[in-house]
Amino acid sequence: MAQITCENLILGYDGKEILRNLNFTVNAGDYLCIVGENGSGKTTLMKALLGLHTPMQGEITFGDGLKRNEIGYLPQQTLVQRDFPASVEEIVLSGCQGRCGLRPFYNKAEKRLAAENIDKMGLKGFEKRCYRELSGGQQQRVLLARALCATQKLLLLDEPVSGLDPHVTTEMYALINHLNKMDGITVMMISHDMEAALRYATHILHIGKRMFYGTRDEFLRSEVGKYFTLMYGGDKA
Amino acid sequence: MMYILSQYLQFPFVQYAVIVGVLIALCSSLLGVTLVLKRFSFIGDGLSHVAFGAIAIASALNLTNETPFVMVVTVLSAILLLRTGQNAKIKGDASIAMLSVGSLAIGYLLMNLFSTSTNLSGDVCSTLFGSTSILTLTKGEVWLCGIMSLFVVAVFILFYNKIFAVTFDESFAKSAGTNANAYNLLIAVIIAVIIVLAMNLVGSLLISALVIFPALSAMRVFKSFKSVTICSAVLSVICALIGLLIAIVAGTPVGSTIVAVDILAFALFTVIGIMK
Ligand SMILES: Nc1ncnc2c1ncn2[C@@H]1O[C@H](COP(=O)(O)OP(=O)(O)O)[C@@H](O)[C@H]1O
Ligand SMILES: [Mg+2]
Repeated sequence: MAQITCENLILGYDGKEILRNLNFTVNAGDYLCIVGENGSGKTTLMKALLGLHTPMQGEITFGDGLKRNEIGYLPQQTLVQRDFPASVEEIVLSGCQGRCGLRPFYNKAEKRLAAENIDKMGLKGFEKRCYRELSGGQQQRVLLARALCATQKLLLLDEPVSGLDPHVTTEMYALINHLNKMDGITVMMISHDMEAALRYATHILHIGKRMFYGTRDEFLRSEVGKYFTLMYGGDKA
Repeated sequence: MMYILSQYLQFPFVQYAVIVGVLIALCSSLLGVTLVLKRFSFIGDGLSHVAFGAIAIASALNLTNETPFVMVVTVLSAILLLRTGQNAKIKGDASIAMLSVGSLAIGYLLMNLFSTSTNLSGDVCSTLFGSTSILTLTKGEVWLCGIMSLFVVAVFILFYNKIFAVTFDESFAKSAGTNANAYNLLIAVIIAVIIVLAMNLVGSLLISALVIFPALSAMRVFKSFKSVTICSAVLSVICALIGLLIAIVAGTPVGSTIVAVDILAFALFTVIGIMK
Protein backbone atom coordinates (compact mmCIF):
# COMPACT_ATOMS: atom_id res chain seq x y z
CA MET A 1 0.00 0.00 0.00
CA ALA A 2 1.16 3.52 -0.78
CA GLN A 3 2.25 5.89 1.96
CA ILE A 4 -0.02 8.63 0.66
CA THR A 5 -2.94 8.37 -1.72
CA CYS A 6 -4.85 11.43 -2.92
CA GLU A 7 -8.12 10.89 -4.69
CA ASN A 8 -10.10 13.58 -6.50
CA LEU A 9 -8.81 16.21 -4.15
CA ILE A 10 -10.24 19.71 -4.45
CA LEU A 11 -8.45 22.47 -2.56
CA GLY A 12 -9.53 26.04 -1.99
CA TYR A 13 -10.07 28.89 0.43
CA ASP A 14 -13.39 30.33 1.57
CA GLY A 15 -15.41 28.29 -0.91
CA LYS A 16 -13.21 29.27 -3.86
CA GLU A 17 -11.42 26.46 -5.63
CA ILE A 18 -7.76 26.83 -6.47
CA LEU A 19 -7.00 23.24 -7.46
CA ARG A 20 -9.14 20.34 -8.59
CA ASN A 21 -8.83 16.75 -9.70
CA LEU A 22 -5.71 16.05 -7.81
CA ASN A 23 -4.85 12.35 -8.03
CA PHE A 24 -1.55 10.86 -7.06
CA THR A 25 0.15 8.29 -4.87
CA VAL A 26 3.44 8.34 -3.03
CA ASN A 27 5.22 5.09 -2.24
CA ALA A 28 7.97 4.42 0.24
CA GLY A 29 11.32 5.56 -1.16
CA ASP A 30 9.85 7.84 -3.85
CA TYR A 31 11.34 11.24 -4.57
CA LEU A 32 8.43 13.36 -5.74
CA CYS A 33 8.95 16.88 -7.00
CA ILE A 34 5.96 19.20 -7.00
CA VAL A 35 6.32 21.90 -9.63
CA GLY A 36 4.04 24.64 -10.85
CA GLU A 37 3.72 28.39 -11.07
CA ASN A 38 3.69 30.70 -8.08
CA GLY A 39 0.29 30.74 -6.46
CA SER A 40 -0.82 27.52 -8.12
CA GLY A 41 -1.44 25.90 -4.74
CA LYS A 42 1.68 23.87 -3.99
CA THR A 43 1.99 25.06 -0.40
CA THR A 44 -1.73 24.59 0.09
CA LEU A 45 -1.44 20.99 -1.08
CA MET A 46 1.33 20.34 1.42
CA LYS A 47 -0.73 21.87 4.19
CA ALA A 48 -3.64 19.67 3.25
CA LEU A 49 -1.41 16.59 3.48
CA LEU A 50 -0.30 17.71 6.94
CA GLY A 51 -3.81 18.40 8.13
CA LEU A 52 -3.21 22.16 8.41
CA HIS A 53 -5.74 22.84 5.68
CA THR A 54 -9.05 21.08 5.10
CA PRO A 55 -9.70 19.98 1.52
CA MET A 56 -13.03 21.06 0.04
CA GLN A 57 -13.53 17.59 -1.33
CA GLY A 58 -11.73 14.35 -1.92
CA GLU A 59 -9.69 12.07 0.22
CA ILE A 60 -6.15 11.77 1.52
CA THR A 61 -5.30 8.31 2.79
CA PHE A 62 -2.20 7.33 4.70
CA GLY A 63 -0.91 3.78 4.51
CA ASP A 64 2.15 1.60 4.79
CA GLY A 65 2.40 2.29 8.52
CA LEU A 66 2.64 6.06 8.07
CA LYS A 67 0.72 8.29 10.47
CA ARG A 68 -0.04 11.92 9.74
CA ASN A 69 1.97 13.22 12.68
CA GLU A 70 5.02 11.24 11.60
CA ILE A 71 5.78 13.49 8.67
CA GLY A 72 8.83 15.74 8.77
CA TYR A 73 7.86 19.19 7.49
CA LEU A 74 10.15 21.97 6.33
CA PRO A 75 7.90 25.01 5.87
CA GLN A 76 8.49 28.00 3.66
CA GLN A 77 10.32 30.48 5.89
CA THR A 78 8.13 32.85 7.82
CA LEU A 79 8.97 36.31 9.07
CA VAL A 80 8.65 35.58 12.78
CA GLN A 81 11.61 33.25 12.70
CA ARG A 82 13.98 35.88 11.47
CA ASP A 83 14.35 37.67 14.79
CA PHE A 84 13.55 34.78 17.08
CA PRO A 85 16.04 34.15 19.88
CA ALA A 86 16.54 30.41 19.71
CA SER A 87 19.57 28.16 19.67
CA VAL A 88 20.10 25.45 17.07
CA GLU A 89 19.68 22.80 19.75
CA GLU A 90 16.36 24.19 20.96
CA ILE A 91 14.93 24.28 17.46
CA VAL A 92 16.05 20.80 16.45
CA LEU A 93 14.78 19.37 19.73
CA SER A 94 11.37 20.88 19.07
CA GLY A 95 11.12 18.39 16.20
CA CYS A 96 10.57 15.74 18.86
CA GLN A 97 7.39 17.34 20.19
CA GLY A 98 5.17 14.89 18.31
CA ARG A 99 6.94 11.98 19.99
CA CYS A 100 6.50 13.24 23.52
CA GLY A 101 2.81 14.05 23.33
CA LEU A 102 1.67 15.60 26.60
CA ARG A 103 4.85 14.76 28.48
CA PRO A 104 6.25 18.16 29.46
CA PHE A 105 9.98 17.57 28.95
CA TYR A 106 12.13 15.82 26.37
CA ASN A 107 13.72 12.57 27.47
CA LYS A 108 17.23 11.25 26.90
CA ALA A 109 16.37 9.34 23.74
CA GLU A 110 14.87 12.46 22.18
CA LYS A 111 17.89 14.55 23.12
CA ARG A 112 20.14 11.91 21.58
CA LEU A 113 18.05 11.87 18.42
CA ALA A 114 18.35 15.65 18.17
CA ALA A 115 22.11 15.46 18.63
CA GLU A 116 22.36 12.77 15.94
CA ASN A 117 20.41 14.82 13.44
CA ILE A 118 22.43 17.95 14.19
CA ASP A 119 25.50 15.87 13.46
CA LYS A 120 23.99 14.39 10.32
CA MET A 121 23.27 17.85 8.93
CA GLY A 122 26.87 18.87 9.53
CA LEU A 123 26.00 21.30 12.30
CA LYS A 124 28.17 19.86 15.04
CA GLY A 125 29.63 22.66 17.11
CA PHE A 126 26.71 24.94 16.24
CA GLU A 127 24.40 23.61 18.97
CA LYS A 128 24.50 26.75 21.12
CA ARG A 129 24.60 29.19 18.23
CA CYS A 130 21.72 31.55 17.63
CA TYR A 131 19.51 30.58 14.72
CA ARG A 132 19.10 34.12 13.41
CA GLU A 133 22.87 34.60 13.14
CA LEU A 134 23.37 31.61 10.85
CA SER A 135 23.64 31.78 7.07
CA GLY A 136 20.62 30.89 4.96
CA GLY A 137 21.99 27.45 4.13
CA GLN A 138 22.76 26.69 7.75
CA GLN A 139 19.29 27.79 8.79
CA GLN A 140 17.71 25.43 6.28
CA ARG A 141 19.87 22.58 7.56
CA VAL A 142 18.68 23.33 11.10
CA LEU A 143 15.08 23.09 9.95
CA LEU A 144 15.86 19.90 8.05
CA ALA A 145 17.40 18.41 11.19
CA ARG A 146 14.24 19.35 13.06
CA ALA A 147 12.10 17.68 10.40
CA LEU A 148 14.24 14.55 10.68
CA CYS A 149 13.49 14.42 14.41
CA ALA A 150 9.83 14.20 13.54
CA THR A 151 10.07 11.40 10.99
CA GLN A 152 11.91 8.35 9.81
CA LYS A 153 9.69 7.90 6.80
CA LEU A 154 8.58 10.98 4.90
CA LEU A 155 9.85 14.52 4.42
CA LEU A 156 7.73 17.34 3.02
CA LEU A 157 9.99 20.16 1.88
CA ASP A 158 8.50 23.48 0.82
CA GLU A 159 11.02 25.30 -1.39
CA PRO A 160 14.03 24.20 0.64
CA VAL A 161 16.55 26.03 -1.54
CA SER A 162 14.81 29.35 -2.16
CA GLY A 163 17.12 32.23 -1.38
CA LEU A 164 20.25 30.09 -1.25
CA ASP A 165 23.25 30.73 -3.49
CA PRO A 166 24.06 28.15 -6.18
CA HIS A 167 26.85 26.45 -4.29
CA VAL A 168 24.79 26.01 -1.12
CA THR A 169 21.83 24.94 -3.23
CA THR A 170 23.85 22.08 -4.71
CA GLU A 171 24.91 21.00 -1.22
CA MET A 172 21.34 21.07 -0.01
CA TYR A 173 20.15 18.94 -2.93
CA ALA A 174 22.93 16.45 -2.29
CA LEU A 175 21.94 16.25 1.36
CA ILE A 176 18.30 15.61 0.50
CA ASN A 177 19.25 13.06 -2.13
CA HIS A 178 21.41 11.27 0.42
CA LEU A 179 18.51 11.07 2.86
CA ASN A 180 16.34 9.61 0.12
CA LYS A 181 18.80 7.09 -1.31
CA MET A 182 20.80 6.06 1.78
CA ASP A 183 18.26 6.36 4.57
CA GLY A 184 15.29 5.39 2.43
CA ILE A 185 13.25 8.41 3.46
CA THR A 186 10.47 9.33 1.06
CA VAL A 187 10.83 12.91 -0.18
CA MET A 188 8.16 15.28 -1.43
CA MET A 189 9.69 18.56 -2.47
CA ILE A 190 8.25 21.77 -3.84
CA SER A 191 10.69 23.36 -6.21
CA HIS A 192 10.95 25.95 -8.93
CA ASP A 193 14.10 24.39 -10.19
CA MET A 194 13.07 22.12 -13.06
CA GLU A 195 16.60 21.07 -13.79
CA ALA A 196 17.14 19.78 -10.26
CA ALA A 197 13.71 18.21 -10.22
CA LEU A 198 14.56 16.21 -13.33
CA ARG A 199 17.96 15.27 -11.98
CA TYR A 200 16.86 13.88 -8.61
CA ALA A 201 13.16 13.07 -8.69
CA THR A 202 11.66 9.67 -9.43
CA HIS A 203 8.20 11.22 -9.85
CA ILE A 204 6.90 14.60 -10.91
CA LEU A 205 3.65 16.29 -9.96
CA HIS A 206 2.94 19.36 -12.04
CA ILE A 207 0.02 21.43 -10.83
CA GLY A 208 -1.69 24.38 -12.40
CA LYS A 209 -3.71 24.70 -15.55
CA ARG A 210 -2.11 21.59 -16.94
CA MET A 211 -1.95 18.82 -14.41
CA PHE A 212 0.51 16.01 -14.64
CA TYR A 213 1.42 13.17 -12.37
CA GLY A 214 3.78 10.35 -13.26
CA THR A 215 7.34 9.14 -13.22
CA ARG A 216 10.18 11.34 -14.36
CA ASP A 217 10.44 9.54 -17.71
CA GLU A 218 6.71 9.74 -18.34
CA PHE A 219 6.96 13.45 -17.61
CA LEU A 220 9.71 13.94 -20.18
CA ARG A 221 7.52 12.31 -22.82
CA SER A 222 4.40 14.26 -21.80
CA GLU A 223 3.32 17.54 -23.33
CA VAL A 224 4.03 19.60 -20.24
CA GLY A 225 7.40 17.93 -19.99
CA LYS A 226 8.30 18.57 -23.61
CA TYR A 227 7.51 22.20 -23.11
CA PHE A 228 9.92 22.36 -20.18
CA THR A 229 12.70 20.45 -21.88
CA LEU A 230 12.47 22.94 -24.72
CA MET A 231 12.64 25.81 -22.29
CA TYR A 232 15.49 24.52 -20.20
CA GLY A 233 17.48 22.54 -22.72
CA GLY A 234 16.84 18.85 -23.21
CA ASP A 235 20.49 17.85 -23.07
CA LYS A 236 20.62 18.34 -19.33
CA ALA A 237 17.61 16.22 -18.62
CA MET B 1 19.42 55.34 52.58
CA MET B 2 19.87 51.73 53.63
CA TYR B 3 18.74 52.70 57.08
CA ILE B 4 15.55 54.31 55.84
CA LEU B 5 14.85 51.25 53.71
CA SER B 6 15.30 48.81 56.54
CA GLN B 7 12.98 50.98 58.59
CA TYR B 8 10.33 50.83 55.90
CA LEU B 9 10.74 47.10 55.42
CA GLN B 10 9.61 46.51 58.97
CA PHE B 11 6.07 47.49 58.08
CA PRO B 12 3.87 44.60 56.99
CA PHE B 13 2.28 46.65 54.19
CA VAL B 14 5.70 47.32 52.70
CA GLN B 15 6.58 43.64 52.97
CA TYR B 16 3.33 42.72 51.23
CA ALA B 17 4.04 45.21 48.49
CA VAL B 18 7.52 43.79 47.93
CA ILE B 19 6.28 40.19 47.85
CA VAL B 20 3.46 40.97 45.45
CA GLY B 21 5.67 43.20 43.33
CA VAL B 22 8.28 40.48 42.88
CA LEU B 23 5.68 37.82 42.06
CA ILE B 24 3.93 39.99 39.50
CA ALA B 25 7.19 41.06 37.89
CA LEU B 26 8.24 37.41 37.61
CA CYS B 27 4.97 36.27 36.02
CA SER B 28 4.62 39.17 33.65
CA SER B 29 8.10 38.69 32.21
CA LEU B 30 7.68 34.98 31.44
CA LEU B 31 5.42 35.37 28.46
CA GLY B 32 7.05 38.55 27.19
CA VAL B 33 9.05 36.85 24.45
CA THR B 34 6.05 34.91 23.23
CA LEU B 35 3.94 38.04 23.22
CA VAL B 36 6.47 40.08 21.29
CA LEU B 37 7.19 37.39 18.72
CA LYS B 38 3.66 36.23 18.15
CA ARG B 39 2.58 39.82 17.56
CA PHE B 40 0.36 39.30 20.58
CA SER B 41 1.50 42.51 22.26
CA PHE B 42 -1.67 44.19 21.05
CA ILE B 43 -3.77 41.57 22.77
CA GLY B 44 -2.00 42.40 26.00
CA ASP B 45 -2.76 46.06 25.51
CA GLY B 46 -6.36 45.40 24.57
CA LEU B 47 -6.94 43.14 27.53
CA SER B 48 -5.58 45.65 29.98
CA HIS B 49 -8.22 48.10 28.79
CA VAL B 50 -10.87 45.43 29.15
CA ALA B 51 -9.72 44.92 32.70
CA PHE B 52 -10.13 48.65 33.27
CA GLY B 53 -13.70 48.47 31.99
CA ALA B 54 -14.35 45.44 34.19
CA ILE B 55 -13.14 47.31 37.25
CA ALA B 56 -15.48 50.16 36.44
CA ILE B 57 -18.38 47.73 36.16
CA ALA B 58 -17.37 46.07 39.40
CA SER B 59 -17.32 49.34 41.25
CA ALA B 60 -20.62 50.39 39.65
CA LEU B 61 -22.11 47.14 40.91
CA ASN B 62 -20.59 47.84 44.30
CA LEU B 63 -18.76 44.52 44.35
CA THR B 64 -16.59 44.33 47.42
CA ASN B 65 -14.01 41.98 45.98
CA GLU B 66 -13.28 43.08 42.44
CA THR B 67 -10.42 40.78 41.45
CA PRO B 68 -12.32 37.52 40.75
CA PHE B 69 -14.90 39.36 38.63
CA VAL B 70 -12.26 41.24 36.68
CA MET B 71 -10.32 38.00 36.22
CA VAL B 72 -13.29 36.18 34.70
CA VAL B 73 -14.19 39.04 32.34
CA THR B 74 -10.60 39.44 31.16
CA VAL B 75 -10.04 35.72 30.60
CA LEU B 76 -13.27 35.49 28.59
CA SER B 77 -12.24 38.48 26.49
CA ALA B 78 -8.86 36.87 25.87
CA ILE B 79 -10.58 33.76 24.52
CA LEU B 80 -12.93 35.87 22.43
CA LEU B 81 -10.11 37.97 20.97
CA LEU B 82 -8.12 34.92 20.00
CA ARG B 83 -11.15 33.35 18.31
CA THR B 84 -11.96 36.41 16.24
CA GLY B 85 -8.29 36.80 15.43
CA GLN B 86 -8.20 33.30 13.98
CA ASN B 87 -11.21 33.19 11.71
CA ALA B 88 -10.94 36.81 10.87
CA LYS B 89 -13.92 38.45 9.25
CA ILE B 90 -12.98 41.53 11.22
CA LYS B 91 -9.21 41.63 11.20
CA GLY B 92 -7.59 40.70 14.50
CA ASP B 93 -6.02 44.09 15.05
CA ALA B 94 -9.23 45.95 14.36
CA SER B 95 -11.30 43.83 16.72
CA ILE B 96 -8.73 44.33 19.45
CA ALA B 97 -8.76 48.08 18.90
CA MET B 98 -12.56 48.08 19.04
CA LEU B 99 -12.64 46.11 22.25
CA SER B 100 -9.93 48.09 23.94
CA VAL B 101 -11.13 51.59 23.09
CA GLY B 102 -14.70 50.51 23.76
CA SER B 103 -13.87 49.25 27.23
CA LEU B 104 -11.99 52.43 28.05
CA ALA B 105 -14.94 54.59 27.04
CA ILE B 106 -17.58 52.49 28.76
CA GLY B 107 -15.42 52.13 31.83
CA TYR B 108 -14.93 55.84 32.20
CA LEU B 109 -18.61 56.48 31.52
CA LEU B 110 -19.68 54.00 34.20
CA MET B 111 -17.25 55.44 36.69
CA ASN B 112 -18.70 58.87 36.05
CA LEU B 113 -22.29 57.75 36.36
CA PHE B 114 -22.02 55.54 39.40
CA SER B 115 -19.08 56.78 41.32
CA THR B 116 -19.75 57.69 44.93
CA SER B 117 -16.23 58.96 45.30
CA THR B 118 -15.50 62.66 45.63
CA ASN B 119 -12.21 62.24 43.82
CA LEU B 120 -13.28 60.72 40.51
CA SER B 121 -10.35 61.75 38.38
CA GLY B 122 -8.06 60.47 41.11
CA ASP B 123 -9.80 57.08 40.96
CA VAL B 124 -9.58 56.91 37.20
CA CYS B 125 -5.98 57.97 37.21
CA SER B 126 -5.01 55.34 39.76
CA THR B 127 -6.80 52.59 37.83
CA LEU B 128 -4.97 53.60 34.69
CA PHE B 129 -1.53 54.30 36.05
CA GLY B 130 -1.47 52.15 39.14
CA SER B 131 -2.08 53.55 42.52
CA THR B 132 -0.74 53.33 45.97
CA SER B 133 -3.15 50.38 46.28
CA ILE B 134 -0.08 48.19 46.16
CA LEU B 135 0.68 49.65 49.57
CA THR B 136 -2.76 48.93 50.99
CA LEU B 137 -2.94 45.23 50.17
CA THR B 138 -4.67 42.94 52.63
CA LYS B 139 -3.30 39.58 53.60
CA GLY B 140 -6.02 37.91 51.52
CA GLU B 141 -4.98 39.78 48.41
CA VAL B 142 -1.38 38.78 48.94
CA TRP B 143 -2.46 35.15 49.16
CA LEU B 144 -4.59 35.39 46.05
CA CYS B 145 -1.70 36.93 44.18
CA GLY B 146 0.65 34.25 45.48
CA ILE B 147 -1.60 31.43 44.37
CA MET B 148 -2.22 32.90 40.94
CA SER B 149 1.50 33.51 40.45
CA LEU B 150 2.25 29.94 41.41
CA PHE B 151 -0.34 28.82 38.86
CA VAL B 152 1.20 30.96 36.13
CA VAL B 153 4.75 29.82 36.84
CA ALA B 154 3.73 26.15 37.09
CA VAL B 155 1.80 26.23 33.82
CA PHE B 156 4.66 28.03 32.12
CA ILE B 157 7.26 25.49 33.25
CA LEU B 158 5.07 22.48 32.43
CA PHE B 159 4.27 23.77 28.96
CA TYR B 160 7.57 25.52 28.34
CA ASN B 161 8.57 23.26 25.44
CA LYS B 162 5.14 23.47 23.81
CA ILE B 163 5.01 27.23 24.20
CA PHE B 164 8.41 27.45 22.56
CA ALA B 165 7.34 25.18 19.70
CA VAL B 166 4.08 26.99 19.06
CA THR B 167 5.73 30.41 19.25
CA PHE B 168 8.62 29.54 17.01
CA ASP B 169 6.73 27.76 14.27
CA GLU B 170 3.03 27.16 14.53
CA SER B 171 2.73 25.30 11.22
CA PHE B 172 5.43 22.84 12.15
CA ALA B 173 3.99 22.34 15.62
CA LYS B 174 0.59 21.55 14.13
CA SER B 175 2.11 19.20 11.59
CA ALA B 176 3.73 17.27 14.44
CA GLY B 177 0.33 16.82 16.04
CA THR B 178 0.67 19.55 18.65
CA ASN B 179 -2.66 21.21 19.33
CA ALA B 180 -1.48 24.73 18.58
CA ASN B 181 -4.92 26.28 19.00
CA ALA B 182 -5.22 24.88 22.52
CA TYR B 183 -1.81 26.27 23.42
CA ASN B 184 -2.61 29.66 21.92
CA LEU B 185 -5.67 29.65 24.13
CA LEU B 186 -3.58 28.71 27.13
CA ILE B 187 -1.17 31.55 26.37
CA ALA B 188 -4.06 34.01 26.08
CA VAL B 189 -5.57 32.85 29.37
CA ILE B 190 -2.24 33.18 31.18
CA ILE B 191 -1.80 36.65 29.71
CA ALA B 192 -5.24 37.60 31.00
CA VAL B 193 -4.41 36.34 34.49
CA ILE B 194 -1.11 38.20 34.48
CA ILE B 195 -2.77 41.42 33.39
CA VAL B 196 -5.30 41.33 36.17
CA LEU B 197 -2.55 40.62 38.69
CA ALA B 198 -0.35 43.37 37.32
CA MET B 199 -3.12 45.97 37.44
CA ASN B 200 -2.47 46.23 41.16
CA LEU B 201 1.13 47.04 40.58
CA VAL B 202 1.34 49.34 37.60
CA GLY B 203 -2.23 50.07 36.51
CA SER B 204 -3.82 49.09 33.24
CA LEU B 205 -2.02 51.47 30.90
CA LEU B 206 1.46 50.43 31.91
CA ILE B 207 1.05 46.65 31.97
CA SER B 208 2.32 46.14 28.45
CA ALA B 209 5.53 47.88 29.47
CA LEU B 210 5.98 45.49 32.37
CA VAL B 211 5.41 42.51 30.06
CA ILE B 212 7.43 43.62 27.08
CA PHE B 213 10.44 45.63 28.26
CA PRO B 214 12.28 42.85 30.13
CA ALA B 215 11.83 40.49 27.17
CA LEU B 216 13.05 43.08 24.67
CA SER B 217 16.04 43.88 26.87
CA ALA B 218 16.99 40.22 27.25
CA MET B 219 16.64 39.67 23.50
CA ARG B 220 19.29 42.32 22.89
CA VAL B 221 21.93 40.28 24.66
CA PHE B 222 20.95 36.63 24.83
CA LYS B 223 20.65 34.16 21.99
CA SER B 224 18.59 31.19 23.10
CA PHE B 225 14.97 31.04 24.17
CA LYS B 226 15.90 29.63 27.55
CA SER B 227 18.52 32.24 28.37
CA VAL B 228 16.26 35.05 27.17
CA THR B 229 13.44 33.76 29.33
CA ILE B 230 15.60 33.41 32.43
CA CYS B 231 17.26 36.76 31.89
CA SER B 232 13.99 38.60 31.41
CA ALA B 233 12.53 37.03 34.55
CA VAL B 234 15.54 38.01 36.66
CA LEU B 235 15.72 41.46 35.10
CA SER B 236 12.03 42.08 35.61
CA VAL B 237 12.21 41.13 39.29
CA ILE B 238 15.27 43.31 39.88
CA CYS B 239 13.73 46.30 38.12
CA ALA B 240 10.48 45.90 40.02
CA LEU B 241 12.35 45.74 43.33
CA ILE B 242 14.44 48.80 42.57
CA GLY B 243 11.44 50.71 41.28
CA LEU B 244 9.29 49.76 44.22
CA LEU B 245 11.90 50.75 46.79
CA ILE B 246 12.59 54.07 45.07
CA ALA B 247 8.86 54.74 44.94
CA ILE B 248 8.41 53.96 48.62
CA VAL B 249 11.32 56.06 49.76
CA ALA B 250 10.92 58.95 47.32
CA GLY B 251 7.15 58.89 47.23
CA THR B 252 6.96 58.64 43.43
CA PRO B 253 4.11 56.72 41.71
CA VAL B 254 4.88 52.99 41.92
CA GLY B 255 3.91 51.92 38.40
CA SER B 256 5.67 54.68 36.51
CA THR B 257 8.79 54.33 38.62
CA ILE B 258 9.05 50.61 37.89
CA VAL B 259 8.50 51.18 34.19
CA ALA B 260 11.11 53.95 34.20
CA VAL B 261 13.63 51.51 35.71
CA ASP B 262 12.64 48.95 33.04
CA ILE B 263 13.34 51.52 30.36
CA LEU B 264 16.75 52.32 31.85
CA ALA B 265 17.55 48.60 31.86
CA PHE B 266 16.47 48.39 28.23
CA ALA B 267 18.85 51.21 27.31
CA LEU B 268 21.65 49.50 29.20
CA PHE B 269 21.02 46.15 27.50
CA THR B 270 20.84 47.81 24.11
CA VAL B 271 24.29 49.29 24.66
CA ILE B 272 25.65 45.92 25.85
CA GLY B 273 24.08 44.25 22.82
CA ILE B 274 25.76 46.70 20.44
CA MET B 275 29.15 46.34 22.10
CA LYS B 276 29.11 42.55 21.99
N1 LIG C 1 -4.87 31.68 3.89
C1 LIG C 1 -5.30 31.90 2.64
N2 LIG C 1 -6.54 32.41 2.43
C2 LIG C 1 -7.00 32.63 1.17
N3 LIG C 1 -6.30 32.37 0.05
C3 LIG C 1 -5.05 31.87 0.17
C4 LIG C 1 -4.49 31.61 1.48
N4 LIG C 1 -3.25 31.11 1.31
C5 LIG C 1 -3.03 31.08 -0.02
N5 LIG C 1 -4.11 31.52 -0.70
C6 LIG C 1 -4.25 31.59 -2.17
O1 LIG C 1 -4.17 30.29 -2.68
C7 LIG C 1 -3.39 30.25 -3.86
C8 LIG C 1 -2.29 29.20 -3.70
O2 LIG C 1 -1.35 29.59 -2.73
P1 LIG C 1 -0.09 28.71 -2.38
O3 LIG C 1 -0.56 27.33 -2.05
O4 LIG C 1 0.68 29.42 -1.33
O5 LIG C 1 0.70 28.71 -3.76
P2 LIG C 1 2.20 28.25 -4.08
O6 LIG C 1 2.81 27.65 -2.85
O7 LIG C 1 2.06 27.27 -5.20
O8 LIG C 1 2.95 29.46 -4.54
C9 LIG C 1 -2.85 31.65 -4.07
O9 LIG C 1 -3.60 32.23 -5.09
C10 LIG C 1 -3.08 32.35 -2.77
O10 LIG C 1 -3.42 33.70 -3.01
MG1 LIG D 1 4.42 28.24 -1.67
